[in-house]
Amino acid sequence: MVITAPINTALRAVAMLFFVVVVAACSRTPDAMPTGVGNLGPGGGAPGSQQEFLVSVGDRVFFTTDSSSLTTEATATLDKQAAWLNQYQNYRIMIEGHADERGTREYNIALGARRASVVVNYLVSKGVNGQRITSQSFGKERPVAICNDISCWSQNRRAVTVVQ
Amino acid sequence: MTLITRRNALKMGLAGGALLAGSSLAMAQLRIVVEGANFQPLPIAIPDFASSDPAFGKEIAEIVRNDLRRSGLFLPLDPASLPVQVGDVNATPDFNTWRTANVDALVMGGVERGGQISSSVRVWDTQQASQVVGSSYNTDPNSSRRVAHIIADAIYAALAGSTGYFDTRVIYVAESGPKANRVRRLAIMDQDGANVQYLTDGQSMALTPRFSPNGDLVTYMNFADGNPQVYLLQLSSGKQQRLANVGAMTFAPRFSPDGGTVAFSVEQSGATNIYVTGVGGGQPTQLTSGAAIDTGPSYSPDGSRIAFESDRGGSPQIYIMSSGGGNAQRISFGQGSYSTPVWSPKGDLIAFTRQSGGQFNIGIMAPDGSGERMLYTSFHAEGPTWAPNGRVIMFFQDPGGNDGPKLMSVDIWGRNLLTIPTESYASDPSWSGLRA
Repeated sequence: MVITAPINTALRAVAMLFFVVVVAACSRTPDAMPTGVGNLGPGGGAPGSQQEFLVSVGDRVFFTTDSSSLTTEATATLDKQAAWLNQYQNYRIMIEGHADERGTREYNIALGARRASVVVNYLVSKGVNGQRITSQSFGKERPVAICNDISCWSQNRRAVTVVQ
Repeated sequence: MTLITRRNALKMGLAGGALLAGSSLAMAQLRIVVEGANFQPLPIAIPDFASSDPAFGKEIAEIVRNDLRRSGLFLPLDPASLPVQVGDVNATPDFNTWRTANVDALVMGGVERGGQISSSVRVWDTQQASQVVGSSYNTDPNSSRRVAHIIADAIYAALAGSTGYFDTRVIYVAESGPKANRVRRLAIMDQDGANVQYLTDGQSMALTPRFSPNGDLVTYMNFADGNPQVYLLQLSSGKQQRLANVGAMTFAPRFSPDGGTVAFSVEQSGATNIYVTGVGGGQPTQLTSGAAIDTGPSYSPDGSRIAFESDRGGSPQIYIMSSGGGNAQRISFGQGSYSTPVWSPKGDLIAFTRQSGGQFNIGIMAPDGSGERMLYTSFHAEGPTWAPNGRVIMFFQDPGGNDGPKLMSVDIWGRNLLTIPTESYASDPSWSGLRA
């Protein structure tokens, strides 16, 4: 519980922040799929702040159905994350792996872990100290976008980098 | 809880359950033929049970009627329409009266509540003018619903060609709150939805509970430690503990048929493999290896094999291996992907979740992969569990969006789709065996 409490708080904060995007995405076709909270626009926060990481770097990457391969957009986001994390070494890093609702519960727990693992390995390959990183799978149990089509599922297939 | 066990009650000559004296047990012709396109449920007359407390007699009879009705194999007749309103277990019925009322199957019962609950019941075949079964049962005074379920099981066993499944419980995940931050905790209830109790407080997410064969131990997935881990929970004491310390994450547990072992998944660095370990602790044994996701292990009832799902071939499919590991053979070959294999307690079928064409299906197949049949199809359904007689499957269905899941059941002939009443959203049902 020592570990989960701040994660849940952070997750809720991220979920609330992301809710704006969700509503927009579900009410009309977005011009382009968001690749992270960085799409929210200006107001990036102080250099080295968690707010800057969320808004200017982008805290999450997305996966295609049943896949844990990194897309070109995902590696671009992770490259920015790695550069930022290597600049601000005081943060610990939690990688949350998530799946969309279109799978069974246990398989999605494993799929979330596999996605988190891919992100951990990529960040380590870009010089982030593995000792700073932990990961957790939430399977399909913590969606951020709620609707019955791909506009939501594509946002729920994600790995989120939480700096703390 | 009573020490007079259910099995004893069905067999014993004296204290627990006694065969009532009376006409000899004829080989009745009254039988429900469960297979076939022309299936019709058997009409059955169950007058209120005789009792010095008539309301209690009515309540017990109504639970029996409800069990039999919900099985889909019986059609209990409206008690108000019967020629006799209250049963008399000590007299031979006037068969002519019942035949004239088109009643072939007749249940006469009585029940009294004192220091314990005593109930007697006779099932009559009016055409043969013979008794199909006659028994009496004693249970402790707090188990009135159980007495009714035990009687319903005896009627089912006498007429439906199989043991029953009414004196059972279901453990499941009770869900509440918005989908993005839903609370999920363990709950237990009787198979008909009565007597709900909540077992965890929802502070940490709990998923995929499964009963041990003895019905007192439960294994489930608990997020209290961050990553989910397999826990054991003893129902009688409320005590719980983590099963094993292996890998980064442990999940998808299920007991062996003797209850001594749990098979489960272990994730490490993105790879998920199947392990087993004794419920008393000890070093876990690894059964599968490789970078794939191997999960959802389920033992055959003889304990010799384990069905599981794996995406080693690309998409999730069902495989069967020896329970010592090795020699995995794929058995699912239809369109789409297959998950959550669960071996029937009879051993003849494996239930599964199949995703195909944007829909989810609950289906069954023989352990060699033959005879695949879909029993239920919808936008989302998963997580089958078997009634102890291997004839009914419970699962959960989710309409998506911000709505939540509910429990449903269907029989292996694809008939009798039911919603199981629950106070909250509900998922991950696990059906107990017949209670001891």
